[in-house]
Amino acid sequence: MTIPNDIRITPELVAAHGLKPDEYQRILDLIGREPTFTELGIFSAMWNEHCSYKSSKRWLRTLPTSGPQVIQGPGENAGVVDIGDGQCVVFKMESHNHPSYIEPYQGAATGVGGILRDVFTMGARPIAAMNALRFGAPDHPKTQHLVAGVVAGIGGYGNSFGVPTVGGEVNFDPRYNGNCLVNAFAAGLARTDGIFYSKAEGVGLPVVYLGAKTGRDGVGGATMASAEFDETIEEKRPTVQVGDPFTEKCLLEACLELMATGAVIAIQDMGAAGLTCSAVEMGAKGDLGIELDLDKVPVREERMSAYEMMLSESQERMLMVLRPEKEPEAEEIFRKWGLDFAIVGRTTDDLRFRILHGGEEVANLPIKELGDEAPEYDRPWAEPKMPPALDAATVPAADVADSLLKLLGSPDLSSRRWVWEQYDTLIQGNSLQIPGGDAGVVRVEDHPTKALAFSSDVTPRYCEADSFEGGKQAVAECWRNLTATGADPLAVTDNLNFGNPERPEIMGQFVRAIKGIGEACRALSFPIVSGNVSLYNETLGQAIPPTPTIAGVGLIPDWSKMARIAFAGEGQAILLAGAPESWGTHLGQSAYLRDVHGRAEGAPPPVDLAHEKRVGDFVRGVIRSGTVTAAHDCSDGGLAVALAEMAMASGIGARIDAPVNSASAAFFGEDQGRYVLTAALAREDAQLATLIEDARKAGVSLIAIGVTGGRELKLGEARAISVEELKEAHEGWFPRFMQDGSLQ
Amino acid sequence: MKSAVIQLPGLNRDRDMIAALTKISGQAPVTVWQTETELPEVDLIVIPGGFSYGDYLRCGAIAARMPVMKAVAEKAAKGVLVIGVCNGFQILLEAGLLPGALMRNASLKFVCREVKLQVANANTAFTRAYAPGQIIRCPVAHHDGNFFAAPETLARIEGEGQVAFRYAEGTNPNGSINDIAGIVNGAGNVLGLMPHPENLVEAAHGGTDGRALFESVLGRAA
Repeated sequence: MTIPNDIRITPELVAAHGLKPDEYQRILDLIGREPTFTELGIFSAMWNEHCSYKSSKRWLRTLPTSGPQVIQGPGENAGVVDIGDGQCVVFKMESHNHPSYIEPYQGAATGVGGILRDVFTMGARPIAAMNALRFGAPDHPKTQHLVAGVVAGIGGYGNSFGVPTVGGEVNFDPRYNGNCLVNAFAAGLARTDGIFYSKAEGVGLPVVYLGAKTGRDGVGGATMASAEFDETIEEKRPTVQVGDPFTEKCLLEACLELMATGAVIAIQDMGAAGLTCSAVEMGAKGDLGIELDLDKVPVREERMSAYEMMLSESQERMLMVLRPEKEPEAEEIFRKWGLDFAIVGRTTDDLRFRILHGGEEVANLPIKELGDEAPEYDRPWAEPKMPPALDAATVPAADVADSLLKLLGSPDLSSRRWVWEQYDTLIQGNSLQIPGGDAGVVRVEDHPTKALAFSSDVTPRYCEADSFEGGKQAVAECWRNLTATGADPLAVTDNLNFGNPERPEIMGQFVRAIKGIGEACRALSFPIVSGNVSLYNETLGQAIPPTPTIAGVGLIPDWSKMARIAFAGEGQAILLAGAPESWGTHLGQSAYLRDVHGRAEGAPPPVDLAHEKRVGDFVRGVIRSGTVTAAHDCSDGGLAVALAEMAMASGIGARIDAPVNSASAAFFGEDQGRYVLTAALAREDAQLATLIEDARKAGVSLIAIGVTGGRELKLGEARAISVEELKEAHEGWFPRFMQDGSLQ
Repeated sequence: MKSAVIQLPGLNRDRDMIAALTKISGQAPVTVWQTETELPEVDLIVIPGGFSYGDYLRCGAIAARMPVMKAVAEKAAKGVLVIGVCNGFQILLEAGLLPGALMRNASLKFVCREVKLQVANANTAFTRAYAPGQIIRCPVAHHDGNFFAAPETLARIEGEGQVAFRYAEGTNPNGSINDIAGIVNGAGNVLGLMPHPENLVEAAHGGTDGRALFESVLGRAA
C-alpha cells in the first residue's frame, strides 16, 4: 500500500504529528496555504523538540562555547578541538533514550551508530567511544532485560565497527524505571586542514545519496522521541531503527577515501528525520535551495511513499554535494565498498526545498524558514524545591569496614566489568587506559608522546537535590577525572536529559542545571563544543531525575608521565589533596547515606570552582613532574572507596591513619575537589615535607594520611580488609544480578 | 620479512596488524583487497580480525568464498606461512585450510579481556621464539571463539601436535574444547588463533608477550 499525498489535513492528523494548534497556524502563515501530507511530515520532523531544540535553545545560548582551542563549536555534526601538530579531536555525545527503552538492543546499537557517523561525517576517524547508561531499580521487572539488551547492542555495533569503548557510566535508580538513558559518545581524530562541513556551496551541483538503502524503519522516530511515554509504548516499536554496523564500517572507509580525493564539497549524515533534516541542513546553511527526486533514492522496500522516504530513519546513510568532475571517481569508491551511490537531486538558487516523486511535486517549502522559523519557547520555569541541609548529628555511626564493603558491592558502586568486557576496549592498538580508572586514555596515532583522555560524568542524585550545584558538579567531576590522569582538560560535550519541559518544575531543573554547567565551564575554561538535549523522559507523569551528562576530552602531552589509579608500589606515602583538615565533612546526598543508612537527604556537596581549579592545576603539575606515582579523584563513596579502588587495581594494600573527627564523614563524605595521590617517598622523608609546603604555597591542602603496603586495607581504627575481600565485594554484584536477578 | 595483509569489507583489526608487523619487521606489509586473484611474493600472509561481511550468515563464511581466498589457499599449498587471527581464524576454517569449527562463546556474550596462554607446541614456525610450555599474556576480543572439533579430528590435532596455544590457568574465555586457543594445519605453515598477539607488542600495550609470535616468523624469513 502506498500512502497518497492528498490525505486531508485534519486537526487530529496535525496533533498526531506532535504539532500544537498554534504551531500549525505558524505553518499556514509561513506558506500561505494548507500543507500537503508530505509537507506536514517534513514540518513535524523539523519542528519537533528533538530536532528544533525549541524549548532549550534560549538557554543553550548562554553556555560558553569558545576558546583558543575550539575550531568548531555547537551547530555542526560534532565539535572540533585543536590538539596541536595540525591535528584535532572531533567529538559529540547524543542520547538514544526513547528507542532504547522500546527496543534495547537496536535502540542502543543505532545510538552508537549515529554518534560514530556524526564524527566521521566531519572527516575524522573514530578512535574512542563511551556510553553513559541509567537504568531503573535493579528489582524492577524490566531492568535486567534493558541492561542486557543495551549493553549487547552497544557492543554489537561498536565492536563490529571497530572503535574501542574506553569509558562510561552505569547507574540504577527507580526514577528511571519508565525511561532508561543511553547517552553515546564518540571521538575521532582528523587533520585540522581536513575537516568537512555540512554547508552546501555552488548552484546546480549534484546532491548525492550514499550508503545503505532507505526502508520504512524509524519513520517518525524523532517525533516519537519528543513525547512522553504512556501505556501505548509497545505500539511505538516500528519507530526504532535497525542498525547494520557492517555497512557503517564500509561507509566510514568509503567516506574517508572519498574525502581524500577532494571530491566532497559538503556532507551531512542522515540521522534523526533522515533525508529531510540532512537536505534542509545542507541547503539552509549554504543559502541554497535543494531539489530532490525521490524516484532516484535507493530503496529496499517497494511502493514507498514520499512521506515515508522523507521521514525514514534508516541507518548508515549520507548526503553529499560533490564536485561534478569527480563523480566517476566517487562512484567507483562506493561501488568498491558495496554501497549505494545515487544522484538524487541538485542545489538551486531559489531557496526552496522541492520534492519530486512519481513525476509530481509533492512538497515545495521555503528552505531557510524550515529551520530558522521553527518555534522557539521561553517556557515558564519555577525554582525547584531544595531539601534542607543534612544535620550530620542525625547520622548514626556505622562500622567503617562493613560500610565500605557494602558500598563496594552496591548496584551503583560495584565493578562494571560485566559491562565493559562486552565492549572491545583494545581495538586499534592505542588504548592506554581502559574502563576501571578515572578516564579512558587513547594514544594519538602517529605521534610519539601525545594521548587523549575521555571521561563522562554526572551525579543525578545531586542534580535532583539541587540542579544548579549538580550541574556544576558534573562539569567539575569530569574536569577532575581528566586531570587525575595528568591531562589538560580541553572541552566538553553535554547530553542534557530531563523530563517534560512543559512542566515549570522540570523546566526549572533544566534552567538551573544549565546555569550551573555554564558557570563551571567558564571557571574551568572548559567550553562546550557539541551536545544534545533529550526532553520528555517521562512516563505517566513520572520524570527521570535531572541528568545532564558531561563528557570531556583532555590532552596528555606525554603519556609516559600519565597517572593511573593503581598503587604503584609498597611503602609509598598516601596524600590527600584539596581536602578540609578533617579529610571529609559532607554526607548530604552521599552514596553512604543512601546505601548504608537508606536516606536520600540533604544538599549535595557544593563545588568551589576556584578551589577546584587550584587543586587540579597543582595535581596535574605533580603528576607531570613525576613526583606522583598514582592518582585518583574522590567521588561516589568518598575517600574510602577511592582508596579501595586504588588497592584493588594494584593488589597492594594500605594503612591509613585514624581520622581526628568523625570517621564516617572523613571516609565517606563526598566533599568535592579532592584527589588521593601517592609518592615514592617515606612519610618522614624531607622531600615529602617540601611537597606539602609547595602545595600550601599554591593554596592547596595536602595531607599525608597513610602508607601503601601489604595485602590489606586498614582505615584508621576499622578492621583491616584484605584486598581479596574488597575485590570479591566489588566484582560480585553485577554478574550475580545479570545471572539470576540477585539483588545481593 | 615481506608480508601481506588481506583486506575484506568488515575486517577491522587490519590497522592493528599492519602497525604491529611494521614495528616488528621494520617493513610495512602490502595490503591485498578481497577481489585480487593473485598474491605478491611474500614470506607471510595475514588475515586479520574483525567482522568480515558483518559476520552475517556465519562468521567468516562469506569472506572464505571471496576470490583472494583461493589465492591464499594456493600460497598455503606451496608452503607460504599464513596466520589468521580471530575473524581470520574463522575465515581459514570456513575456507577449509584448518580443521574444526568456532562456535558462539559459551557465555553467549562478546568477551574482551586479557587471558593467559600456554605455548603448547614451541616447534612451529609461529612459536619457535617462545619456550616450550611458556605461559604468556594475551588479549582476546570475540563473540565466536569456542573451538570445537569432532572426536577423531580432535584426536588427530592433539596427536600431531597441531595445538599451538592453549588457554591457561583457568582463563579459557569461551568454552573451547581442550582449552584450544590456536592450531596449525598438518603441514605446519598455517596458524589460526583467536587471541590478538598484535595488541600486545609494545610498551604502550602494557606488555610485549605477543611479539615473539611475529619474531618466530621473522627468524625463519630472515
